[in-house]
Order: sequence, then C-alpha cells, then structure tokens
Amino acid sequence: MPDTIEQRVAACIACHGREGSSSNSGYFPRLSGKPAGYLFNQLQSFRDGRRFHSDMVYMTRHLSDAYMREMAEYFASLDLPYPRVSTATDASAQVLAHGQALALKGDAARGIPACVACHGSALMGVQPGVPPLLGLPRLYIASQLGAWLTDDRHALPPDCMTDVGRKLSSADINAVASWLATQPVPANTHPAKSPPAPLPMKCSAMPE
Amino acid sequence: MLKRIVYTLTGLALLLALAFLALVALNLRGEDKLPPTPTPFESTQALVERGRYLALAGNCAGCHTVRGGAPYAGGLGIGTPFGTIYSSNLTPDATNGIGSWSVDHFWRAMHNGRSKRGRLLYPAFPYPSFTKLTREDSDALYAYLRSVPAASQANTRHALRFPYNTQLALAVWRALSFTPGVFEKDPAKPAEWNRGAYLVEGAGHCIACHGARNSLGATQDQRGLSGGLIPGENWYAPALNAADEAGVANWTLDEVVALLHSGTSARGSVMGPMADVVWGSTQHLSQEDVKAIAVYLRQLPQTPAPARPPGPLARDPAVMARGSAIYDQRCAYCHGDKGEGAPGAYPPLAGNRAVNMETPANLVQILRHGGFLPTTAGNPRPYGMPPFGSVLDDQEIAAVLTYVRGSWGNDAPPVGMADAMRR
Repeated sequence: MPDTIEQRVAACIACHGREGSSSNSGYFPRLSGKPAGYLFNQLQSFRDGRRFHSDMVYMTRHLSDAYMREMAEYFASLDLPYPRVSTATDASAQVLAHGQALALKGDAARGIPACVACHGSALMGVQPGVPPLLGLPRLYIASQLGAWLTDDRHALPPDCMTDVGRKLSSADINAVASWLATQPVPANTHPAKSPPAPLPMKCSAMPE
Repeated sequence: MLKRIVYTLTGLALLLALAFLALVALNLRGEDKLPPTPTPFESTQALVERGRYLALAGNCAGCHTVRGGAPYAGGLGIGTPFGTIYSSNLTPDATNGIGSWSVDHFWRAMHNGRSKRGRLLYPAFPYPSFTKLTREDSDALYAYLRSVPAASQANTRHALRFPYNTQLALAVWRALSFTPGVFEKDPAKPAEWNRGAYLVEGAGHCIACHGARNSLGATQDQRGLSGGLIPGENWYAPALNAADEAGVANWTLDEVVALLHSGTSARGSVMGPMADVVWGSTQHLSQEDVKAIAVYLRQLPQTPAPARPPGPLARDPAVMARGSAIYDQRCAYCHGDKGEGAPGAYPPLAGNRAVNMETPANLVQILRHGGFLPTTAGNPRPYGMPPFGSVLDDQEIAAVLTYVRGSWGNDAPPVGMADAMRR
C-alpha cells in the first residue's frame, strides 16, 4: 500500500466519492476544493459534539487536530473539475424564484442576509472558512439548513449560521436548497480569497 | 400438614428478618464512619498532578465528560439492561458537582460506593474496582478534581426501571455482589507485576468491560477478565485470559506495550470501545506503567479454548457466493484478494483471531461503522475503514462476514441475520 495521505484517507471516498468529488445527485457533500479551514472545522465539530452525523462521529472520534488538519488540507488542495450539475428539479418556478431571491438578496425585513454576502459573489465559498454552496445535493443543503433549525448543527461561537438558520422557515429552506442545487458551477470554481464586502455578522469560521 | 405450613412460614419469617439484618450489615461492611470533623486536606501541586494522571489511568473523562462538554461535568448516558444511568458532575461546583464534598466523602464514594449524603451508588460507577485504590490515590484524585474548572451543569436523573430505581434493590445487589477491599500485593511477585495488577484491577477497571456479568449485572472477580458483552453497546470485550480471544500470553512485552500506547501493534489493533480507552487513557500513561500492565496481562492464568466438534463448520454455499461477490467489490481493495491485508495499513483477515472469535458482534460493528485507529504519538496518521452501514443491508453484512469467517483457513461460525440486525 502506498504511504500517502490519499491512501490513508481512502475510507472517506466510500461516501464522498473518489478524491472527495461526489456529485450533486446523492446526499454526501463534495470535499475536494473546499476551503481547508472549513473542512477542518467540520471534522472537529463531528468529533467534539457540534455535528451529529453518526458515521462521521464514528470516523472522527479518535482523531487528533493535527491529523484532521492534514486531511482537510489534502482535500482542499485537490483541484478537480466538478461533474456536470444536474438542473432537473421538481421545484416550481415560484419556489426557485424565492430561493434565488434569498440567495442573492436575502430578506432584510427578517434580518436574513443574502447567501452571497458571506459565501462569495460566485457562491463558491471564501477562504479560509466559508464553504461553497454550489455543486451540492439538494438533500444535503436542505438537511443542513434544517439542522440549524432543529439544533442539530453548531459551530464554535460566534455561530453565525445558527443565527441565520433559525430565521428560516421550512418553505425558505426548500426554496433556497432547490435553487442552489440546480445552479451550474462557474468556470472558476475556487473559493474567493476574501469576502466581497465586510461580513454582515461575526463568525467563528472567519477569524478577524 | 398444617404444622408443616406453620413451620415453613415461621422459618420464612425468620429468614426474612435475618436477610434484612444481613442486608444492612453487608452494606456497611468495610465502611469506616465518617470522622466527626473532616480530615484536614491540603492540596499540593504534586498531588494534583498525581490525581490528573490517575484520572487518565481510570479514563474518568470517558464517562464523566460528554463530547464537547465541560470536562468532568457528567451527563453521559450509560445504557444497562436495567435502564440508563447518567454520569454525574465531578467538578468543584458546590451545588451540582462535588464542591461541598470533603476528602472523606470522596474516599467513601471510591471505596464504599456511597455518595456524600449516604446514598448507595450504582456500580456503573465502577467502585467494585475503585475500592482497591489506596487512600493516597483517592486523595490525589480528589485534589485533581478540585482543581478542574467548576461547571454548574445539573445532574441528569437516572432512567431506571422499577425495582432497579430503588435503594433497596441496590442494597440487595451490594450485599450479593460488592465487597470493599484494598489491593493486596502478592509478595511472591515482582513490584512491576504488582503495579500492573493494581492498575488493571483498580483505576483501570478493565473488568468493567472485559469481565463476564451475571444476571444482576455484576462483574465476577473469580471469573477474571474472561470477556463480556458491553452492556448497551453490543461490542464484545474479548477475554484477556484466552489465546483464542484477546489474551496476550504469547505476545512479546513490546507488542502489548505498543498496543496500549499507540493503539496498534504487529499482532493487532484497537477499534470501538478499546480505541476509546487507548485514546482517553492508556496512550497517556508512562512507559513504566504500560509495561507493568503488559507484564501483568501476559501472566494472567489462561483458559483453554472450548472444544469444538472436529471438521470445518457447515456454511450455505449460496450465502458464501453472495459474500464473496460483496467482498471482491467492497473489501478486497484494502484487505487483499485472499484476506492477506497490507502490512502497516490494513489488517489481514485470514487467520485474524478477532475475525475468528465465536461472537461476530465486533465485526458487525466495525463493518457497519468503520473508523480510524486512534491517533497516538506512535501512530499519528492512522489508516481508516469506511462505514458500510449505509451501503450494505443486514443480509449483505451477514453474508460478507460469513464469507470472511469461512475463507482462507478461517473457520468461525456463520453470521446470521440475528447477529447483523442487533444494533
């Protein structure tokens, strides 16, 4: 067996796809090319009781920070083409329009910032800690947004997405997940180096 | 006839009265009255450090800290056949922790299984083992626990069924199953062996998992570390006194030390609850102490493997064929076409005694949940196994394990649906 980090984390590919490049068709999120800080924070959250997917809890429970950082950096370093995003959806035009509005403009009246305000104008994430929102399965996005609502997903304080997530209704979640999951990824899939403007809220993912 | 009934009833009444007296007496045996004024206690840095080390040796945090929670603030649910027991807050918080406990209260809890207020404690807190700790070590643990940050987290009520939720039931249990006692050195054995025995039987409370439990849930000293199904978890902690399970009598000392210190060795690795133990406890122990434990474990009196009818076990060829197909698709990439494994990365399955153990419980768990070996100083970047629970159903799990247990010279009983369905 080759003594490489790729081989050492081969356990991950059973769900996340070869080189962590799963498509948007199933449930499991793609890992490759995501910001290393984001991936590391998630591994740590599974280990330390802030996220609860039972398989991930099992996988991370005895991992050191140093090794989790190495895993995160490995997957972050993979620069692989995205599989074509399937645009087939059973969501109505009205639902998609609501999702698009939330993603691009937010809802100021309800204190919901636009996704693009933090996740980058291309929605491909921002270094070092904000994940891309495109190229992911609808089921995955919806379940993560729902997890903030049901108190099943957390980050270290300040936990910005918990504040945002708790303002969403299930109709909002369905709309924004449906829209995000059917957007083609842009030509440049890399996370942005910095947010487009100062972040609308404090966030542990983006230390100042 | 009538006479006989009267005699019987009188006899029974007498027996009951005696039993009650015995119950009280047995529950108080080996227990010193609390001193009228608490023993003066002065903590020192050295005592705190010794206590910190002992807390690691006993993996106190394994039960008394929930994932991501405040250290030693308790709240972990421990499943038992009698209901769920929640670990308590050990921090110096005066209301919810042990901030108001004296060093004598703490000793009585460790040695006699009684809380500050005198209530009998459930033996999920392994005081049948901790009773063997010396007073000095108990005091050191007390000093350490007084030094951790106080957490105000309230304790969770145990969720036990009647009658297990009564003090009377506990009193009966204790009368039958618990004797306080201190660790007694065997003068015929070297100091190292005695240190190992003290750690294994005392703070390490290895018997809590590796011991067989009777119908009352009590571990049995006389049966030793003869293996047991961990209550509520469906992991089997293999016998440490049997070469066909997890005995180490024929391992080298270095191999045992490597397993406990780094989670892996040339002869086997740890997964599941034992990975928890290496992660939270044994990897942090000194070289001398791990060596002492290894010395002791290698000299445990051995139990021979049970006799089996001659000839290979019968297996359903259709199940074997199905298992073989799954193996080729899912397992062979890492474990090899013939179960030979890859040295240093993936364990061989051929001739692996964990694969060939009578109960397949651990194999089902490992296949379903996967996992990485614990990261340790000696194995900082372990290889991992994927969780197959989301891609293989119970029938497929049974088939592939039946195949693995019946191939390449392995000859362990087939895995049935009942085994695979147990969660």
